[in-house]
Amino acid sequence: MKEFKYVITDPEGIHARPAGMLVKAVKEFTCDIKIAKGGKAMNCKAIFGVMGLAAKKGEEVTLTFDGADEDAAYEAISKFMQENL
Amino acid sequence: MNTYYGKSVFGGIAIGRISVYKKGEQQVKRVKIADADAEMARFKKAKETAVGQLQGLYDKALKEVGEANAAIFEVHQMMLDDDDYNDSIENIVRSQEVNAEYAVATTGDNFAQMFAAMDDDYMKERAADVKDISERLLGVLSGNAAAGADTSEPAIIVADDLAPSETVQLDKDMVLSFVTVHGSLNSHTAILARTMAIPALVGTPLPLDESIDGKLGIVDGGNGVIYVDPDEATYEAMKKRQQEEQEKKELLQTLKGKENVTLDGQKVMLYANIGNIKDLAAVLANDAGGIGLFRSEFIYLEKDHYPTEEEQFQIYKQVAETLAGKRVIIRTLDIGADKQCDYFELEHEENPALGYRAIRICLTRPEVFKTQLRALFRASAFGKIAIMYPMITSIKEIKRIQEVVASVKAELTEQGIAFGEPEQGIMIETPAAALMSDELAKEVDFFSIGTNDLTQYTLAIDRQNTKLDEFYDPHHPAILRMISMVVENAHKAGIWAGICGELGADMSLTKEFLAMGVDELSVSPGSILPIRKIVLETNVEEYKAGK
Repeated sequence: MKEFKYVITDPEGIHARPAGMLVKAVKEFTCDIKIAKGGKAMNCKAIFGVMGLAAKKGEEVTLTFDGADEDAAYEAISKFMQENL
Repeated sequence: MNTYYGKSVFGGIAIGRISVYKKGEQQVKRVKIADADAEMARFKKAKETAVGQLQGLYDKALKEVGEANAAIFEVHQMMLDDDDYNDSIENIVRSQEVNAEYAVATTGDNFAQMFAAMDDDYMKERAADVKDISERLLGVLSGNAAAGADTSEPAIIVADDLAPSETVQLDKDMVLSFVTVHGSLNSHTAILARTMAIPALVGTPLPLDESIDGKLGIVDGGNGVIYVDPDEATYEAMKKRQQEEQEKKELLQTLKGKENVTLDGQKVMLYANIGNIKDLAAVLANDAGGIGLFRSEFIYLEKDHYPTEEEQFQIYKQVAETLAGKRVIIRTLDIGADKQCDYFELEHEENPALGYRAIRICLTRPEVFKTQLRALFRASAFGKIAIMYPMITSIKEIKRIQEVVASVKAELTEQGIAFGEPEQGIMIETPAAALMSDELAKEVDFFSIGTNDLTQYTLAIDRQNTKLDEFYDPHHPAILRMISMVVENAHKAGIWAGICGELGADMSLTKEFLAMGVDELSVSPGSILPIRKIVLETNVEEYKAGK
């Protein structure tokens, strides 16, 4: 299992559109991907869960990757977060 | 006459019949079913249809209102595919042995409640999205989706609130205005109204019944008022204001999207000057070809400490991304003289206009300069940024800037931080720079002539001193000769030259500038379309011949 912590820098936080982009990006991978904030972990492949975290600018989220392609997913998604969120 | 007050989303006057938007809320019955598999198959088929409809709406919105407004329909498609949402529906169908309609309605309500209960205004709005997709599924399942407003003629659309799918399905030519009882300034209706530039109100406590439906209404967007059944005096006053606004708008609308090209085919770039990120909306609304002068000092003046690299980077990136590939010329810090910032602790000067300001501060306080340059180079990876250095007088200063730039790039490379390769140009605002423009042109990518300072330095007249007004001539031939010379020297070196000072917006000189071959005029956003009008009506060769 791999883990990645990230502090949101997008002024609007993970709102609907970025949540959609994130879900689209993680769905490329087969491994189990979760996104958590303050102990609440959500399925990162489900848009309602991701939006439900209501992660705002300055808040830290933790992504965990567990499964066959976890290394590739970790690489791609950490890059995605840095570039978009 | 009844008068109702709401929050203004967009100004302007709309006069027309009121059409109350009727929600197509589905009556859902809970029905026991025998075959859960068949019911799930029916649900899945309905979902496919709904996703297809959303794709259609996305394509329609993309064409009509742009990518930013269309993206919501892509998000809606994902919502329909959401695992939790689907699991919940399947669970209800199978465990309670009930019809898909009931499962969809129940799930939709539950998810909407989750968003409505959130401690975040933006997320609260998303409850409407959940209801919207659920209504859509129900419409497909039940085979009737008869929601809407009567738009057989242009009307003021009044609704409780409108979902994005509802607004996009309205015939835009038939919408004079939006007025909603609920909805916030962040709601989709508000965003759409701004994009369409039509008067709109939210949070207006109107009764959505026959007391207003079909009646004559007047929306005064700027003042946040809607009059129902207006009396004659109100009607006449509003009609007059509407006509005045309409005439202005029509003139400008006809010019939008047109290329800035003269009758004999000479092109010029018309860019906008901005002093704050809030001006971006005006830049886009006035169809600017780019930003010709972004006064970065506002970032410093608004703060009580030196803005960090990250703070600056976020602002530059946002501007670059908003302009989506159009050029954004950002002038590096121009502080000193009449613009003072306490934490810079600048000493009092006898002659600040000739003193310690702009590039002179940057070159003697490299830590301040480097922070800004790092932010600018990083942001350049996100759009077409150009950097412009103010108050240049010599080649030596350019060499010193180039050294700082080289060290900034080396640092970024070493730290593995991505950056772009922005164009770099200078302001021509000192007589020294104008006279040396042939040499300077070999060192930079562009010139932008700052006529305000160039005029005061060339004429040796303090702009602030009103006693000198009779001696101050902004059209002084010395200034015009200098501009002409700078443009000529720029072209000889194969670079472009523009004007970003007040003179650039002086419409009595537009033809003269075109005759000089000025490549770019950067003016306040509101001046762009009026200048475009002159450009379109000018024949440069004829103008030159007639001089």
